[in-house]
Amino acid sequence: MSKNRELTWIGNLKYVIVGIFFGIVFVKAEIISWYRIQEMFRFQAFHMYGVIGSAVLVGIISVWLIKRLNIKTIGGEPISIAPKSFNKGQVYGGLCFGFGWALTGACPGPLYALIGTGASVILITLISAVLGTMAYGVLRDKLPH
Amino acid sequence: MLELIKQPWPWYVAGPLIGLTVPILLILGNKPFGISSSLKHICASCLPVRPSYFQYNWKEEIWNLFFVFGIFLGGLISVTLLNNPNPIDLNPALVTELAKYNITDFSSIIPTQIFNWHSLLSLKGFILIVVGGFLVGFGTRYAEGCTSGHTIMGLSNLQWPSLVASICFMVGGIIMANFILPFIISL
Repeated sequence: MSKNRELTWIGNLKYVIVGIFFGIVFVKAEIISWYRIQEMFRFQAFHMYGVIGSAVLVGIISVWLIKRLNIKTIGGEPISIAPKSFNKGQVYGGLCFGFGWALTGACPGPLYALIGTGASVILITLISAVLGTMAYGVLRDKLPH
Repeated sequence: MLELIKQPWPWYVAGPLIGLTVPILLILGNKPFGISSSLKHICASCLPVRPSYFQYNWKEEIWNLFFVFGIFLGGLISVTLLNNPNPIDLNPALVTELAKYNITDFSSIIPTQIFNWHSLLSLKGFILIVVGGFLVGFGTRYAEGCTSGHTIMGLSNLQWPSLVASICFMVGGIIMANFILPFIISL
């Protein structure tokens, strides 16, 4: 049992490594910058549109290739991606997140990266985001979906 | 080479690298790229009394918490080993506008004149740091995903609900940045 648990910890280390790579890209491309987010929402720079657009393009080609060539995971498992189902939450929640994104200048990924760069007050933003998530969990049944 | 890496990376380098995270996570372990779910797993793992929404086996999703811990480390590594000492290069129109709100220090990647511990006590700082964070957490869960889960992962898999969500993220951001934020930062 303890051995199994150890294996999971080691097994999860690969995700730490992908996260590190990803965090470095976030910082070096200034995606975590409040200023870059303001430029994007004010149509003052192409940078963020270029980042998101080319990321989506590479993502679309990758997912298409994975399906087309029936690529498996390194463990030999088939790859399956759960479809997203529509509900009104994507509109109401999406708008709420958009408001928060413009205020904080950060979506959830950059929050973690920003704390890593030493912007310690962003820890409060992260805690607040956890509280927001908690509030959604509590209010879920009362919200329109 | 190191000097080149220390410079800000252009979009055509960063965007494709972010896009590659999608197949990397799928091939490593059939994991869908998504970051805001980590906030849900934090709730599920920490709350002593869990509302039904948080009653699931979060340990099965623990990879996601390892992933975001990596993002944190990535931030730490960038600033210690790959730091760019130059101020951020911005559109002059934004610089002029921000000067009106006394944001004049561009030496850091975020406006440290607002995002600091002291300003938490001011209304402006509280709205940007605390209310903003709350909306990020609440909104991403309500929309069932953020920029990574919907805009990158969902669109990569050609999911139209993700397109709706992504458009709403942008609309919300455009409204806030252009019409509401100017009032908040002049407080």
